Amino acid sequence: MRPWAEPIHRRRLLTGLSAAGLGALLPAWAHGSDTPTPSSLEGDDIHISVGHGALNVGGRSGHAVTINGTVPGPLIRLREGRRARLSITNALHEDTSIHWHGLLVPFQMDGVPGVSGPGIRPGETFTYEFPVIQSGTYWYHSHSGHQEPMGCYGPIIIDPSSFDPIACDREHLVVLSDYSFVHPHQIFRRLKAGGGTMNFQKQTLSGLLAGRDQTLSERLEWSRMRMDPTDISDVTGAVFTYLINGQSPKTPWTALFNPGERVRLRVINAAAQTIFNIRIPGLKLTVVAADGQAVRPIEVDEFQIGNAETYDLIVQPREDRAYCLVAEASDRSGMGVATLAPRAGLSATPPPLRERPILTMRDMGMQHEAMGHDGDHQQHHGPPPGMATPRKRGSDVMGHTMAMRDGSAAPGVKLGPGVEMIAPMPSDRTGEPGQGLESVGHRVLVYRDLEALTENPDPREPSRQIEIHLTGNMERFIWGFDGRKFSDGAPPYTVRTGERVRFILVNDTMMTHPIHLHGHFFELAHAPAGQRPRKHTVNVAPGGKVAFDITGETGDWAFHCHMLYHMHAGMFQVLAVRPDGARAA
Amino acid sequence: MILRSAFFALAALAGAAPALAQDPHAGHAGHTAPSAPQPAPPTSALADELHDPVVMALERARLRQEHGGGHVMLGRFEQLELRPGAGLDGYAWEGRILYGGDIDRLAVKSEGEGDLAGDLQEGEAQLLWSHAIAPYFDVQAGVRQDLEAGSGDTYVTLGVSGLAPYWFETDAALFLSDRGDVAARFEGAYDLRITQRLVLEPRGELNLGPRRTGGTTLEAGLRLRYEISRAFAPYIGVEHAHDLRNGVGDTYGAVGLRLAF
Repeated sequence: MRPWAEPIHRRRLLTGLSAAGLGALLPAWAHGSDTPTPSSLEGDDIHISVGHGALNVGGRSGHAVTINGTVPGPLIRLREGRRARLSITNALHEDTSIHWHGLLVPFQMDGVPGVSGPGIRPGETFTYEFPVIQSGTYWYHSHSGHQEPMGCYGPIIIDPSSFDPIACDREHLVVLSDYSFVHPHQIFRRLKAGGGTMNFQKQTLSGLLAGRDQTLSERLEWSRMRMDPTDISDVTGAVFTYLINGQSPKTPWTALFNPGERVRLRVINAAAQTIFNIRIPGLKLTVVAADGQAVRPIEVDEFQIGNAETYDLIVQPREDRAYCLVAEASDRSGMGVATLAPRAGLSATPPPLRERPILTMRDMGMQHEAMGHDGDHQQHHGPPPGMATPRKRGSDVMGHTMAMRDGSAAPGVKLGPGVEMIAPMPSDRTGEPGQGLESVGHRVLVYRDLEALTENPDPREPSRQIEIHLTGNMERFIWGFDGRKFSDGAPPYTVRTGERVRFILVNDTMMTHPIHLHGHFFELAHAPAGQRPRKHTVNVAPGGKVAFDITGETGDWAFHCHMLYHMHAGMFQVLAVRPDGARAA
Repeated sequence: MILRSAFFALAALAGAAPALAQDPHAGHAGHTAPSAPQPAPPTSALADELHDPVVMALERARLRQEHGGGHVMLGRFEQLELRPGAGLDGYAWEGRILYGGDIDRLAVKSEGEGDLAGDLQEGEAQLLWSHAIAPYFDVQAGVRQDLEAGSGDTYVTLGVSGLAPYWFETDAALFLSDRGDVAARFEGAYDLRITQRLVLEPRGELNLGPRRTGGTTLEAGLRLRYEISRAFAPYIGVEHAHDLRNGVGDTYGAVGLRLAF
């Protein structure tokens, strides 16, 4: 019997099937109707091939970059304490690479061409080897060209060497992505052609006359600043089909359960440019891990997942019926859908898309809130996250003018055409729900809910602080750090090996940026020392800031926005970590 | 402090970081911004020690090119239209192609009008270097060549193009011809979005200059387009051109396409 079909004590692995799959229980973690079934790879010597293939999306076939012929790629299942050996063969006509997202590996095994080494040339094989020193839910993807948005990603599960604190009866992977029949190069060109070229949820005159969206005075104020409050996502459902485990909403992927079982869902956002809101109407979601690391369980009804983040949930469906797992794009231009069902052939009707959110002055970093700064406060007054009373229409007026591009607020930022604004009063928004979830009427996860289940390995306070501004220009589609694109050639951010450093990320743009640091876990600074949640990727809300601490690991490490089109537009840098006393400039 | 970091670096190199993490003497920076000295950026990349530095230099050049250094070609016709008339039907176009990076681009702009008998009444092409100077504005400098029969003037030109507050698209340019004529042009347009796909676009153009440069004219147009996609939008419209010197005006109806490619 092949390993992925083998029942494991207290955990039945990943029995997935397609609703269109004629009721057959498929012995694989996911099912693609036209592509070969993604498999699971285990053991100490794993071989993978990156190549071209076709992906069937809702009955239409599109070009994909596949891993072992499938999208998503096979599940790679590793075990903590072992040594991983992963050989990647490049069957493309261009260079490729595989980055092990969230895995603590020696920098030369990190898979970022130009930083950790050269790319894998066509026809060649490169073997990544590293000790596995962690456990949890992660993923892997190409870090070359536009291969990831075209399907070159897959899940990783690392089983703990001993005891798994997260008990469950069975588990399923939920890999979210956004596929487009439009080639990523074309998408990038459209983005460069101007703001909102793929947004079909703009404010309109008919909306104004019908009393929807912003009032006239709000619209005038925003248009004076050339800011579009509906610009939530650059690339929308107008070109994306949102996939769960490679399946479009037309043929939803189905996960099986027996009523009453504790089901672990390992949710991975492998999308190129989409932040998702995840909920299962009728079920509570108990968040038990974030970015692979166990957290104190917290029960919510919905959570937002940024690109490249992972969350592990426990759900306990008790009724003998199908449930719908909804992955709604944060701009509400579409959704991915999956089914949780007690047996094959059942389906659940997805809820309708909710109304798209409208940005506020707070997203411009123009309103301080009395709820504290820099992670000093644990809780604040008011309703639980997600249950705020809806904002009154017309209440988003400033009443006075405020400098929107005052460089003195950010002396390290180069104020060129690529910097549209400097948030005048950025605030810590880690206690707030993600965009559009403020008033959804049920409990929503916020970063401040997360607390590490086990003691942090390095509870020291930082000895130094690096403030990094996330900057951009939505009209020109220029993105960068501190006003510079990576191509502008700014020196890398530099940290000593073992040095404890606090990073403060300040978002001077109107968009959420999921920022990823390679080779490290960082600890979000809001929780008490020692209990801080450890993450590899964090959403920085518009007009917001996020503080985290790292302990430098020797290497050159990529540091970038995981919105891939932001990254390709320049929001990328290198973090150079060197032993003290190493030869410096 | 220096001693401690040196010790720490050594220990971390030896793989002892987790043990040290418990060091009770480790610093507590408290709530003020901690400010240990920052190390200088390294002069070389670590990957160069493991791979051929020449290969890595090429990889880094490519990495920069793919992370902010890309070039794009963007083309669009704001107008590509027929103007049915009492006599001969007319046509008109206005479009541009840009090629380059985020800051510097080559721009080709062209506009003109004629009739279907083949008579080009007005036409010009500009070749410009476009340079971003502010978040929403570019300066553009280059040459303009008039295309209509009997003129064929060549100009040097300097202008500003961009997005003004309240989302007004604006262009202003000065022209100096090879015959010593000076002319100026100001253009503005606005998209009034009625529904997601139905857009009313008022557009105005003021030309100032002697008759040889095209004279002093005011053109005002109103076009209603339907965006089948943002790149393909048929429209109907009306255009009024007025000669401010002699007071003669003309009004046309128009059907056309707005295209992006």
